[in-house]
Amino acid sequence: MAKSKSAYSIPGKQGRFDTHIIVVWVDNEAGVLARVAGLFSGRGYNIESLAVAEVDSKLNISRITIVTTGTPQVIDQIKLQLKKLVPVHKVADFKREDKKVIFKEMALMKVVGNNQKREKALNACKKYNAIILDKTNKSVVIQITALRRDIDLMTKNLKKFGLVSVSRTGAVAMTRGSEIFK
Amino acid sequence: MSKLYSGAEILFKCLEDQNVNVIFGYPGGAVLPIYDELKNYKSIKHYLVRHEQGAGHAAEGYARSSGKPGVLLVTSGPGATNAVTALTDAYMDSVPLVCISGQVPTHLIGTDAFQECDTTGITRPCTKHNWLVKDVKDLAKIIHKAFEVATTGRPGPVLVDIPKDIQFQKTVYAKHKKKKKLNGKTFNQYTKSDIDKLVKLMNDSSKPIFYTGGGVINSGPKASELLRELLEMTGFPITSTLQGLGAYPGDDSQFLGMLGMHGSYEANNAMHDCDLMINIGARFDDRITGKIDEFSPNSKKIHIDIDPSSINKNVKVDLPIVGDVSKVIASTIKTIKKNKPNFAKSNKQKISKWWEKIQKWRSVKSFDFINSTDSIKPQYAVQRLYELTKNKDTYITTEVGQHQMWAAQHYKFDKPNRWMTSGGLGTMGYGLPAAVGVQVANPNKLVIDIAGEASVLMTMQEMSTAVQYSLPIKIFILNNQYMGMVRQWQELLHEKNYSESYTAALPDFVKLAEAYGCVGIKATKPDELDDKIIEMINTDRPVIFDCLVDKEENCFPMIPSGKPHNQMLLGPKDQKENKITGKGKTLV
Repeated sequence: MAKSKSAYSIPGKQGRFDTHIIVVWVDNEAGVLARVAGLFSGRGYNIESLAVAEVDSKLNISRITIVTTGTPQVIDQIKLQLKKLVPVHKVADFKREDKKVIFKEMALMKVVGNNQKREKALNACKKYNAIILDKTNKSVVIQITALRRDIDLMTKNLKKFGLVSVSRTGAVAMTRGSEIFK
Repeated sequence: MSKLYSGAEILFKCLEDQNVNVIFGYPGGAVLPIYDELKNYKSIKHYLVRHEQGAGHAAEGYARSSGKPGVLLVTSGPGATNAVTALTDAYMDSVPLVCISGQVPTHLIGTDAFQECDTTGITRPCTKHNWLVKDVKDLAKIIHKAFEVATTGRPGPVLVDIPKDIQFQKTVYAKHKKKKKLNGKTFNQYTKSDIDKLVKLMNDSSKPIFYTGGGVINSGPKASELLRELLEMTGFPITSTLQGLGAYPGDDSQFLGMLGMHGSYEANNAMHDCDLMINIGARFDDRITGKIDEFSPNSKKIHIDIDPSSINKNVKVDLPIVGDVSKVIASTIKTIKKNKPNFAKSNKQKISKWWEKIQKWRSVKSFDFINSTDSIKPQYAVQRLYELTKNKDTYITTEVGQHQMWAAQHYKFDKPNRWMTSGGLGTMGYGLPAAVGVQVANPNKLVIDIAGEASVLMTMQEMSTAVQYSLPIKIFILNNQYMGMVRQWQELLHEKNYSESYTAALPDFVKLAEAYGCVGIKATKPDELDDKIIEMINTDRPVIFDCLVDKEENCFPMIPSGKPHNQMLLGPKDQKENKITGKGKTLV
C-alpha cells in the first residue's frame, strides 16, 4: 500500500464486528429516509439491508429496520447519532443472535422450466413457507419468508431448477411474546 | 376574521418574536418578496455582505460573541451553495445559526429552474436539521422550531428553505408562545450518583487534570464562572482546547495553556501522565488526542458533555456524564461543599508532587522562540498585540494556519466569548467576516482579526461590508508570503519541497485598504511595531495592518507524527536531535 502522507491519526485496533438490527421510528415526512441513509453513508457505516414503510397513518409514523455491521463502539454511535435526528422518535437495537426477536425477510422467485424442474424448485422451498403466487405451464412465482442466509442459499440452489429472477426485501423484526420494542 | 399575512411578513414576525435584531444577507430573485418586506420591520437591521459565505461567518461571529443565534438570509441556488462552507463550519464548531434561503416557486421545483438547487439535500449533512416549506400555514411553526433546534442541546446551524410562491401566499399568524427552557430535563441525563462518583474520583486522584472545551463557552457565561470556582476549590491543573480558550483565565497559574498538536509541553505531558482526566465540554478531537492507542494510557477518564453521541466516539471513557456543563459543574461544587468541605486543603498535599512535575515541564517554556532585532517574529507580533490590547476587553478572531496557532499560544484570554476561530472545519477566510459579525454584536469594542495573508484574501471582499457600516474592525495580517502551515509541513515532512505554498503576487495591502476606503498600516521592523499597533488601535475606522514577519518561522511545539503526547517536537533548538523520519511522516 502506498504510504499516505496526509492523515494525522493512524487507525487504532479494530474491534470485532457484530451484526445488529436497528429499528427506528420516524416521522413519515419528505427526506427522512435520506437523512437516515445519509447518516450511514456520511459516517462510513454499513447498511446490509433496509426495510421501511408507514406503520401508523394517523400519527404519520414510519418504521425503518436496518441491518448493519460494526464494532460495539460503532453500533453505539449509530444509535446515538440516529437519536439526534429531529424526525426520529425512538431507536431500538438487537443482535442478530438475539433469541427474543424474530427476523424475517421475504423473497419472490421466478422459476422457468418444465414440470419436473418446477416441482423440484417448489419442494426445495417448502420449509420456508412457500406460497405460489402465479403459475403457468412454463413458470412459477414462489414467495418464501426466511432468514437472510436461507434466502441466500435458496437463490443459489434454485439456479439449477431454472430460477430466472429474484426480488427480495430487507429484514423486518418483531419481539417474541407480549413485549414490544422500547 | 383575523388578518392575513404573506409568507414574507410571517417570516419577519417570527424573527421579531425570536428577538432577532440583526440579519446578514444578500438579495436575489428567490428572496425578493422577503427583501421587499424588510423596510417594515425597524427593529431588524440587515447587513449586506459581499458573498454569502461572508454572511455565514459574520453570523457565526455574531453568535459566538453574543451568545444569541446568528441569522443569515440568502437566495436560492448559488446563494445557498455559497453558504454551505459557513454552515459546515458552524456545524463542526457547534455555533447556533438560522439560515433562511429562498427557493424557486413550488411548481418549478425539480425542473432545473433558473437558480434552482436541492438546497435541503445539499445542506442535510451540514445542518442539525433543515426544512423545505411547502405550505405557508407551516411557515411560522417551522421558523420557531428552527430557532429551537439551533439553540438547544448542542447548538448548531439549521436551514429553512422557502419557495418564492410561499413568500407571497397569505395566512394567519398567531404570536409565538415561548416554551419553557428546554435545556433542563431533556438534556441532563445524569444522576446524583454520577456526581458522587465524579467527586470520589477527584478525591482519590493524585495526578488530576481538567481538559475543557467549547462546551463550557456554549453553556453560557455562568459556566465559566462556575468552572473558575471549581478550579479554585480543587487546585487542579487545567488545560483547554482551541475552542475553549477564555473559559478560564489564560494568565492564571493553574492554567497550563492550550493542549493538542501545537499545545504546550506541560499541557500535553500532563494529559499523557495524569491518572484522572476530567473532560468538560470537549470532544477528543484528533488534533487533541494524537495517536489514540497511546492517548493518556493510565488515566481514568470522565466526560461531561450535553451531546450523548460525543461520549465514547473517539475515546472510551470510564464515567460519562450527559448534561449541560454549567448544571453539572454546579452540582459538583454543591456536592464537594456538602461532603468534603476541606477538599482543597486535604487535596493540596496529595497533588503537590504532581504540580512539581508540571512545573518541571513548564520550565521548558515550550512557546519560547528566538527573537530577532532585524525582522518581526510572528510570535513577537502577537505578544505585542496582546500586551497593548489586554486591558481593552478585546475580541479576537482568526483565520486558519500558523497565525491562528500563534494567536492561541500567545494571546491570553480571560473571558469567554472573546475568541472566535474556526477549529473543526479549519476554514481559511473565517476571521474577517467573523470580525464583521463580532463588531456588529459589540459596537464599541475593539475587534481584531489576527490573520494570515493567504487566508484573508479568501474573504477580503467583506472589507467593503465593514466600510459600508462603519465597523472599525482591525485586520492584523502576519504576512510571511507563504501559506505558512503548508510550508511548515512541507519543510518538516516533504523534504522542503515547497509545492505551490508561496504566493508570488500578493497585493499591496496598504493600497488595498485605501481602495476599500479604510486605513492601511504597514510594519516591517520590530522597533516600529508598538507604535504602529497603537496607531491601529487608535484608528476609529476599519484597518488593514500589514505586518511583515519572518518568512521561515515555524510553529512549535508540535506533536509530530502520530506520536503520543509525551513526545513533542520543541522549538528550533530541539529540532536537530529529533528529526521526523520514515513512518512518522505519514501521520501528521
